[in-house]
Amino acid sequence: MRRAYFKNNWIAALVVAPQLIIVFVFFYWPASQAVYWSFTLEQPWGGGNTWVGLDNFKRVLSDGVYWSSVRVSVIFALASTALAMGMALILALFVDRQLRGYKAYRVGIIWPYAIAAPAVGLAFRFVFNANAGVFSFLNTISPDVWEPSRHGWQALVMVIIAGAWKLVSYNFIFFLAALQSIPRSLTEAAAMDGAGVMRRMRDIQLPLLAPTFFFILVINITDSFTDSFGIVDTLTGGGPARATDLMVYKIYSDGFRGFDYSGAATQSVILMLLVIALTFVQFRYVERKIHYV
Amino acid sequence: MIERTPLLNVVTHFILLIGFLLLFLPLWLALMAASHDMTTVSTAPIEWLPGGELWANMHEAWIKSDFGTKFVNSFIVSVCVVLGKIVLSAITAFGIVFFNHRFRMVIFWLIFITLMLPLEVRIVPTYAVAANALSPFQTLLDTTGLTGLFETLSGVRIAMEWNLLNSYTGLILPLVATATGTFLYRQFFLTIPDELVEAAKMDGSGPLRFLWDILIPLSRTNMAALATIMFVYAWNQYLWPLLVITDRANYGVVVVELADLVPDQLTTGGGLPTWHLAMAATLMVMVPPVLVVIFMQRWFIRGLINTDK
Repeated sequence: MRRAYFKNNWIAALVVAPQLIIVFVFFYWPASQAVYWSFTLEQPWGGGNTWVGLDNFKRVLSDGVYWSSVRVSVIFALASTALAMGMALILALFVDRQLRGYKAYRVGIIWPYAIAAPAVGLAFRFVFNANAGVFSFLNTISPDVWEPSRHGWQALVMVIIAGAWKLVSYNFIFFLAALQSIPRSLTEAAAMDGAGVMRRMRDIQLPLLAPTFFFILVINITDSFTDSFGIVDTLTGGGPARATDLMVYKIYSDGFRGFDYSGAATQSVILMLLVIALTFVQFRYVERKIHYV
Repeated sequence: MIERTPLLNVVTHFILLIGFLLLFLPLWLALMAASHDMTTVSTAPIEWLPGGELWANMHEAWIKSDFGTKFVNSFIVSVCVVLGKIVLSAITAFGIVFFNHRFRMVIFWLIFITLMLPLEVRIVPTYAVAANALSPFQTLLDTTGLTGLFETLSGVRIAMEWNLLNSYTGLILPLVATATGTFLYRQFFLTIPDELVEAAKMDGSGPLRFLWDILIPLSRTNMAALATIMFVYAWNQYLWPLLVITDRANYGVVVVELADLVPDQLTTGGGLPTWHLAMAATLMVMVPPVLVVIFMQRWFIRGLINTDK
């Protein structure tokens, strides 16, 4: 703990104030507004709010469309997380062997992090389009086999692949950093005892990666729930027939296209609770760090 | 590790190469699409080899989307977010770490919690705030009855308004309002030894002098790390500019422009989809953040790992 401090507390107040004001205006106020709106019925373009208690929640939670959006979001989150983590883990384990050219591989795997979500969506929309994409040859054999704008599951697969593609580099960076922080003496001792490369991966590196693994798991799932708007908007627009209507996307379309502010706010509150719960899980179980050393 | 594993080395290279190719594949296909003419690109099968139309397509896409102004706007917004973030995080962390007041932990947590809920989740009410950034204060005054009190006293009714829609401020401020940088700076400041503070005080330095002459020069690495991740973050913003900017001709940013390039029934009107232009524009939009990540790799990785852990 620090012992040496400056005394002029008014300077402290002065330097802390700007960020606190911005955070209040753009974070706490909107978040509390969302909670307020979810308990009231807001008329678009003014006209006052009427208190309706839990009616909004009842309305949203008894809506089949909402539950299908939840279902799609959960499938998306789990599938893209699993894909992205699996691929990143394998790549990180092998890059960490530091064979010749590993730095080139590292750059080659990191760059996708820099791509904006809508650009990822647009690129994948082209790659998977039915008329001229990678699977277009299927349609020349027999029409309507690959048509993501018609078949919901194909659209969902597309969104999952695009979402996973975007997460791989992030996960890779963290896995690689964790692998490189494993003390060299450990792996060297194992090698002396006759453990080969694969054996060391399985029995030393993977167990020691456990804390990072859970950290990334939670981050990825949270990210899939909250940060998939850009991909969905340019890739599928939520369609076909709401097959890729993820929860964040539905908040946006209900709020700004349907002008259902209370409904959108209610969904925001539910999503907020979900994210808070996930963060709590991370703090409670992951920060406690599973250590084997 | 020195050991001879020739077979495994080949397998390692093979796996890494496959991984790289899988990641690179969509970009390659987009690049190929951008280098052919419209009819070639919009008919099956997909093009695997380059054509000769790349510059022509890029030129056309640039003109069509009016990228000149929009790239400038994107740069202005990204640079301002980077600068604003660095300044705000540095001074806020300074106020939390180097002063002994009872609110330090409260303030830290107030800021830290904002990490949990990204903009997308609370988008509707945040948009309402952007329409009038002073509405929170106005509502507070109204509900506490201060507006009425002031009106009876002075005869003037307080009606504060500051519309952020269609302005750079509206694009920048909410992006600065996140905790990443403050967290990074706090961690760095906590590693500054007490002796340094004591020495500075003994030499008669006040807090601001200490911040400017000692902490800021020491935190250059931090700054570089923060700058790279914030630049990529700000450049890639999509939902917020999409909502806040309706005057796209003057304030539009490049990433939002991608939404208009989606070749569907709306944009092509039943004609051939203009994939070649869409892909050319996508590639151009990707360039600045990719360059930042590749050339500032060391800072970028450090920033990413330190802010999230």
